[in-house]
Order: sequence, then C-alpha cells, then structure tokens
Amino acid sequence: MHIMEGFLPAPWWQAWFAVSIPVILYGIYKMNKLVSEKREILPLLAVAGAFIFVLSSLKLPSVVGSCSHPTGTGVAAIIFGPAISAVLGTIVLLYQALFLAHGGITTLGANVFSMGIVGPIVAYLIYKAGMKAKLNFYAVVFLATAFGDWATYVVTSVQLALAFPAGDVLTFAGFMSSFGKFATVFAVTQVPLAIMEGALSALLFKYVVNVKSDILVEMKVIEDAAVKKLRGTSV
Amino acid sequence: MSRKLEIIVLAIFLAFGAQFVYMSSTTDAEYGGADGEAENVINEITGGAYEPNAEPFWEPPSGEIESLLFGLQAAIGAGIIGYFFGYYNAKKSHENELGYKGKNKSESDRQSL
Repeated sequence: MHIMEGFLPAPWWQAWFAVSIPVILYGIYKMNKLVSEKREILPLLAVAGAFIFVLSSLKLPSVVGSCSHPTGTGVAAIIFGPAISAVLGTIVLLYQALFLAHGGITTLGANVFSMGIVGPIVAYLIYKAGMKAKLNFYAVVFLATAFGDWATYVVTSVQLALAFPAGDVLTFAGFMSSFGKFATVFAVTQVPLAIMEGALSALLFKYVVNVKSDILVEMKVIEDAAVKKLRGTSV
Repeated sequence: MSRKLEIIVLAIFLAFGAQFVYMSSTTDAEYGGADGEAENVINEITGGAYEPNAEPFWEPPSGEIESLLFGLQAAIGAGIIGYFFGYYNAKKSHENELGYKGKNKSESDRQSL
C-alpha cells in the first residue's frame, strides 16, 4: 500500500521527489549501460520487472485484518542492484498511480523512495552480508527479500509520520507518536506478507539457478562454485 | 531435482491460508486496504483538518474495474515470467540433448540472447 494521491502536504512531496529523481536517473543510466554491454541480461531484467508487477498487484489479507501487498523489488535488487530496481519500481508505481488510483502522482517521489530505493538497498545489503557469511543461498535470498519488503513499509510509516507529526509541529516526541500509529497500520500488516515474499523470491531464484545460472555468475550475484554446489545438493 | 524448497514454500503458504481462514471466520475484521486505514490515522492525528492536496486524474469507476486492472497487471507479469522461464528451460534441455554441455555456454548465450 503506497501513500495515496494528495496525502503528502508540501514541502514533503517535493522533497521526496528531490531525493528520488537523481537515483532514478542514475538507474536509467546504469540500465542503459548494462543492456548495451550485455544484451543477454535483457530477459532476466524483464523477469525481475515482471516479478514486481505480479507481486505488487496481489493484495493479500494479513493477520491483523487488513490487506496490503508485497513489493517484489528484492529480486531485482539482488540481481541488478538498487539503482536499476528503482527504475523498475517506478514503472510499476506509475502504472498503479495512473490506472488504479493506487498511490499517486504527487506522492510518486515518496513511494519510489520507499519501494524503489530503500527496500532494494536493504535487500541488497542483507544479501551481500549473508553471502559473505556463507549462509545457505536460499536462506539469504529469503532474508534479504523479506526484510527489503518490510523496510519499504517502515519507510512509508516514517514518511507519513514526518508529514503528520502529532501536535502539528515536527518534534521528536510528535514524530515517534505518529510513527507508532502508522507503523501499526503498515509495518505490522506487512510482517506475514514479507515472509510470503521472501519464500516466493527464494523459489524464483531456485529456478533461475537451474535454467540460467551463467547470467547470475556473470552479474557477480553468485560464484560459479556456489552454483555447482547448489545444483549438486539441489535443495 | 529435490523438491525441498518447494515443500517449505508450500508449507508457508498453507500456514498463511489456514491463518486467514481461521481469522476471517472467528473475527469480524474487514480486510480493507492498509492505505485506507492510514487515512483514518491521518484524520485522527490532524483532527480531520487535513484536505488532500491533489486528486487522482482517473479512478476505476467500480471495484470490479479495479480488480480487472489489478488482474491485468498480474497477468502481464506472469506472462513475461512464464515466457522467459519456458524459453530458458527448453533451450537448456535442447543444448543438453545436442551434447553442448561441455562447450563454452556463455559464448553461445551471448549470440542467441
């Protein structure tokens, strides 16, 4: 669930655009460079984008009695890095803002920041740290994508709490009070959905490893030896 | 190929589904969107004083149309994923059949995208 159209007062919606636009531009630059250098990654890029499309269209019921949807950006972040994920996330957010009145054009900057930038960065960092610690590949993918999804909604809560602090003036206490309320709505709802997203992402990676591991090796997502081990033991 | 991961994922999904069936039959939760609830929180914090500063250009005229567009979004995504996984899978088994396995695979991938 993204911040709805019109629900961020000035100057916050402009501020989030100011943060997000440079990242999107950098992502477009990186994506163009990557595609022109390695055309063979194009199908995998499409799959990563399509995965975001599917997951962010599935509004799932959560334990607390409200619905929200996963983001799906963790897969793109692990393979292509956060900047390119921001571009893919922007495409999905635009579709939903224009055709579904879900999210919005004025709040696009803020929503790209949470779903396209912070979520993927969290997923990317957890993935790199987990692989360095030599944990099981699929467990690392699960943790990275689940926490990336969850981080998106924590950031959404922060953004709303900054714009709507309790007592109308932005103080630390007012921010924390509002953050608590928004986090109850967003972050708590999201916990089971983040677990689902992590599980589904791990499964997607299993199939990518099975049919197209050479691209993952080429993108330095995973080492050749690790692929052989995964296929040998075949989880 | 072992199916351990599939079984784990299926177990997680079943647990989620069972939880939903149980919760929805024992409580009167509305299962509305979390963004609608956020709107209530905003009203509560500001005392109802906040007016949205923009309106969506276009809104789906009904819940049915909205489901249609969400379904369309999922279908587009699922189609793309299925197409490329099918393509890669068939390509891989074809190559194995022809005995290309030992050759430099990344070279052949580069030429054929």
